[in-house]
Amino acid sequence: MAELHLKGVQKIYQNGFHAIHGIDLDVADGEFIVLVGPSGCGKSTLLRMVAGLETISDGLVEIGGRPVNRLEPADRDIAMVFQNYALYPHMKVYDNMAYGLRNRGTPKDEIDRRVREAAGILELEPLLDRRPNQLSGGQRQRVAMGRAIVREPSVFLFDEPLSNLDAKLRVQMRVEIKRLQRRLAITSLYVTHDQVEAMTMADRLVVMNGGRAEQIGTPIELYDRPATTFVATFIGSPSMNLLEGTVAEGGTSVALVSGSSIGLPDPRPELAGRSVTLGVRPEHLTPTTDGSGMTLRLDLIEQLGADTLLHGHLDGDERRLVTVRLTGHFAPGQDAVQVAATNAVHLFDPQAGSRL
Amino acid sequence: MVENRPYLTVISHLVVILGIVITVMPIWITFVASTHPIEHIMDGTIPMWPGDQFFENYATVLGAGIADAGGIPVGTMLFNSLVMALTIAVGKIAISLIAAFAIVYFDFPFRMACFWIIFITLMLPVEVRILPTFAVVANLGMLNSYIGLSLPLIASATATFLFRQFFLTVPEELAEAARIDGAGPLKFFKDILLPLSRTNVAALFVILFIYGWNQYLWPLLVTTDESFYTVVMGIQRMTQAAESLPLWHLVMATTMLAMLPPVIVVVVMQKLFVKGLVETEK
Repeated sequence: MAELHLKGVQKIYQNGFHAIHGIDLDVADGEFIVLVGPSGCGKSTLLRMVAGLETISDGLVEIGGRPVNRLEPADRDIAMVFQNYALYPHMKVYDNMAYGLRNRGTPKDEIDRRVREAAGILELEPLLDRRPNQLSGGQRQRVAMGRAIVREPSVFLFDEPLSNLDAKLRVQMRVEIKRLQRRLAITSLYVTHDQVEAMTMADRLVVMNGGRAEQIGTPIELYDRPATTFVATFIGSPSMNLLEGTVAEGGTSVALVSGSSIGLPDPRPELAGRSVTLGVRPEHLTPTTDGSGMTLRLDLIEQLGADTLLHGHLDGDERRLVTVRLTGHFAPGQDAVQVAATNAVHLFDPQAGSRL
Repeated sequence: MVENRPYLTVISHLVVILGIVITVMPIWITFVASTHPIEHIMDGTIPMWPGDQFFENYATVLGAGIADAGGIPVGTMLFNSLVMALTIAVGKIAISLIAAFAIVYFDFPFRMACFWIIFITLMLPVEVRILPTFAVVANLGMLNSYIGLSLPLIASATATFLFRQFFLTVPEELAEAARIDGAGPLKFFKDILLPLSRTNVAALFVILFIYGWNQYLWPLLVTTDESFYTVVMGIQRMTQAAESLPLWHLVMATTMLAMLPPVIVVVVMQKLFVKGLVETEK
């Protein structure tokens, strides 16, 4: 049980590539933090720096109040679950789980107790005598979890542990990991590129982009108040619609390039006359029947059963694609609908991308 | 491919049988000759069925040896060959494993240079460097010794290269998982890498044992003392008996005995050997 602190952590590779540009993060005891971002954003590198598999170029990593920059991975009191599980192929499940404890010189009966306890939690008891190649993907995943649990570490590190599973199993294991983490209350750092996984599992999310933390917050904070256009489009599926426009006199509405305008729920007189990027999520655009709102020319309709996605562009603005998400079915055969934005709209600086 | 063509089956069986006959015939003749007294062989017709001298001939070569060829019992030569082949096989594997481990898992200066130097020696056959090697061994006073027989042949670029290629296919995460599990480099080598290389080691052992066993030129050069003769070069000495006809029945018996150990090694390790050559699962 421990807190994890990152202070100005940087990674510069020998070839001069600046992979991580100073990350600050304070993780409370037992908190589940998800690092999420597109591939190449540095999230795995950051995790591996905490694990001790990559050197830390600058900054400080503290686990349980103890700086660990110069410690070997084995001495950092962490356990890691790898994307390909990295089980020892020639060892039985039992030995895979016991190996780390044996290396630490844990007494035999203590090892046995811990392995059987972890096997009980993960329902691995019937598999203890098998080898990894006799297990299914989901079972291997469980063994990898078990190997982490028996160490009783201060911090769990997960490196995209679910990406090798099929979609159905992934959802199931997602719930299991989250439940397990709650039960054991161990501080966890979890890397994924899947924003649904990130949103559902995290106590707090770190959205990373180009080696920087774009925003750190709870899933709802990130959804409701994205700090940048990157976070706005990365979190939520389908992505937020971004439209260009100018704030009207008095700051009560935004005149869009397409010619129509969207009202602002909170007037922003200080922004009057300024050009902005207006963000509105697909689920916050609703069709109107009274002829008001904007005309959306439809290109494609995706029926998902529970809801329907309408893809198209606004009349008068051919460039920007706009997506609308409707609950329920949608009668086909129309080539245009009238839509209006509900109250949840976001304003961003068109150049910097930061929230206004 | 499932086909039912009777002629094809007959023809393919004929070809296989022909191949077997061609391969087995010389061995059969060798065996038959080793069971006859010398007169039967020297009278111009080659007997096709075993004679009655099996025990006598084999007892002679194993116990007393052939007087004209130095009189060394074949038992001694077999033992010498065995020591040489085992030392070479085990030594080559041990050295190659460690060398490949260093090259793959450690980042030291001139790592690639080391690898390429090892690799370049692959291009030089033993015969090319045999004179300088002989000079070195002679200067070190290692002529007529087991060390002299095996040491110059013990470094192996081929095996190092094979193990390097194998280690490169072992997922990096395995090494990282071991690091997190508190295994240092040597523990990782012993607990993870060695067991994983088991089948490769077995396959190489078979190949290298036979390589060591069949060494001819090198033992011929470095041994002048009969008690260090190996069996393969020993046979050659027997056929060159001075001022008398070679005792072919005894030579053949020796040949049969010389074939035996490699056959045993292959048969015993066959399963692992094949696995080592075809296995892809890590």
